Amino acid sequence: MTSAQLEIQAIAVIVAIACAIPGTFLVLRKMSMISDAISHSILPGIVLGFFLVQDLSSPFLVLLAAFTGVLTVVLVEMVYKTGLVKEDTAIGLVFPALFSLGVILISRFADDIHLDTDAVLLGEIAFAPFDRLFFRQTNLGPKSLYVMGAILMVTLTLLFLFFKELKISTFDQELAASLGFSPVIVHYVLMSVTSITTVGAFNAVGAILVVALMIVPAAAAYLLTENLRKMILLAVLFGVFSALAGYWIAHLLDASISGSMASLLGILFIMVLAFAPGKGLLAVMARHGRQKREFSLFTFLLHLQNHANDSSSADERKVGHLTGHFNWKKKQADRIFSQALKNNMITVDNQLVEITPKGGLFIAETLGTAPHSTAI
Amino acid sequence: MGLPEYFEWLRHDYTIRTITLGTAVMGIVCGMLGSFAVLRKQSLLGDAISHASLPGIVLAFIITGLKDPLVLFTGAVISGIAGTVMISAITGKTHLKSDTALGIVLSIFFGFGMLLLTLIQKLPNANQAGLDKFLFGQAATLMVKDVLLMSAVGTLALFCLIFFWKEFKILAFDAQYAQTQGFNIKMLDVLLTTLIVLAIVLGLQTVGVVLMSAMLLAPAAAARQWTNKLGTMLVLASIFGAFAGVAGTAISASAVRISTGPVIVIVVVLIVAVSFVFAPERGLLFRYIRQWKNRMNLRTHKLLLLMYDIASSHADFTHPHSLNILKPMEGYRYKLKEMKSMGWIHYDNHTWHLTTEGYVMAKELNENVTKR
Repeated sequence: MTSAQLEIQAIAVIVAIACAIPGTFLVLRKMSMISDAISHSILPGIVLGFFLVQDLSSPFLVLLAAFTGVLTVVLVEMVYKTGLVKEDTAIGLVFPALFSLGVILISRFADDIHLDTDAVLLGEIAFAPFDRLFFRQTNLGPKSLYVMGAILMVTLTLLFLFFKELKISTFDQELAASLGFSPVIVHYVLMSVTSITTVGAFNAVGAILVVALMIVPAAAAYLLTENLRKMILLAVLFGVFSALAGYWIAHLLDASISGSMASLLGILFIMVLAFAPGKGLLAVMARHGRQKREFSLFTFLLHLQNHANDSSSADERKVGHLTGHFNWKKKQADRIFSQALKNNMITVDNQLVEITPKGGLFIAETLGTAPHSTAI
Repeated sequence: MGLPEYFEWLRHDYTIRTITLGTAVMGIVCGMLGSFAVLRKQSLLGDAISHASLPGIVLAFIITGLKDPLVLFTGAVISGIAGTVMISAITGKTHLKSDTALGIVLSIFFGFGMLLLTLIQKLPNANQAGLDKFLFGQAATLMVKDVLLMSAVGTLALFCLIFFWKEFKILAFDAQYAQTQGFNIKMLDVLLTTLIVLAIVLGLQTVGVVLMSAMLLAPAAAARQWTNKLGTMLVLASIFGAFAGVAGTAISASAVRISTGPVIVIVVVLIVAVSFVFAPERGLLFRYIRQWKNRMNLRTHKLLLLMYDIASSHADFTHPHSLNILKPMEGYRYKLKEMKSMGWIHYDNHTWHLTTEGYVMAKELNENVTKR
């Protein structure tokens, strides 16, 4: 591994961690698309900053562009507060307008600035080691490593200092307000951190993939845990994994590093979505199936109980009649029937089905009327 | 080239005519179908779908090796639909919210598309050049067959809308009610979403992946301000969309080095801004004027009530009272003039009194107030 490769991976890991932390709160606050809006509308800020300082990783440019990001949030809120459109429409109106301004600025002055829209949108982390920081001719390493490192430090400091405030205002705004810290301030601090991180990261991974690094690890983590600390840790872990594995896959394929990182995150998310215990698609489908079967069994037994000891309606308990009565398909009816039989909940005598005491107990437990029922 | 020359060119130049026609058709289709997206609170769907269509475009090219618009269009539609399926799976089956689902689909599909794009750029076959025009759109590359495809899809969408008008309308405003009336909600939803995906994909070549969402929702958001009728809204949105397309093309053709997509978006956002301010009833300006009028009326009524109280203290309500009594009321001199012109009072330099008409008016007002 060359030192350039090490540096690229270090930057990728730092970007991933710095994105995953605010991303977790964005997902929890149902503001994921705000990160998309910010990542686009920082473009005019970056262009203007670039006019002024001619350096994409200058802290001044980062701050100016981050200001545009916060401005986006303010504009979206202004448009939304007119009551003329819904919040998502407001987001969808503001960021394309700002992004368009940025693109027009770039294309209009393309000769004066060496800035490409593709570079802003897609980023190229592979070039990051070329832009180095010097102190009295001493080579201190890639500039973006320092910029992102500083941003991560700020994020971590804020996270540790204000974890309680962040947590409470995320889950219960009224409680936060009544405890005496303003949810509005927490909101704007979070938005500022999101903006600064986005600006710092766009250089490395591009504006759109910042969204992937913020939202996808947090969403995957949210499917696995409901504990905020664990969720942040998991999101960071997923981010770091995609950064490292993504780098090596891109290296093997000789393709875009950011594209490969996002694709890996996609695969990771789809795996979690499918297999997450309790909340994944498979678990949900299995649970729905089980509930459906239990309910069918319950209906079947209840029907038998209603018609038990009732000689006038013995027809209701005939084996063949039951399939027709519930309008069940043959296969489903057979399965429920054999399940009940196997569990000794029914007995069959001369084509007549009879409910057993155990079947009666199942009904009582389901209804919650059994004497020693565990259901409350 | 200035604007007048543009119109001169429009008459003679084949390419410019094609591009103008293409952006106009795109605007009409987007306005028409975007109205449904906005009404169904799916404004940002356009953003997610447009990004999600990128891998489809690249894959279609990798598989067929062709850059035929129909091939790329089909690829984009398939991957766009895959995106919507994933969004509905995430929101329907897990506790993740729709904004997160949109963000996930948008970013990972786009990232995958970028991965594929950088992969094929390494291929020796140089034919792939130009696929990246879908990122930002390049109206200048529109050709007759593109415009024909757009028109065909637009016509298809129009027929679907006319045929299923009642169904779509009820779906947009009250899906539950539609279900109770026995409509097949799922089928209608799939059809409408597919049409929206078609509209999004149609606009990609002109305005690009990133700006497509604005093209879908902005004409509809503008049209919504002018009317409460779905039909009128669709027509207006189509007109706004077409106007933005044509104006954007004209501006970018007459200026140096400005790509069409961003200009179209700026134009359409300006239309939204104008609609927000000047639309009657909903517009901010008229709302402000209405509020101001209400406030003024309230002040007049307040003064009239005060006068009524004072006048009632005397057996004869036309008995003159001093103007000084009214001094605590803010801006009372203007109000006096106004009330005199309404024939409610008479006044001179020092005194005022209610007229019969004014007294009746004030009494009615007083009764209304005390009743509440």
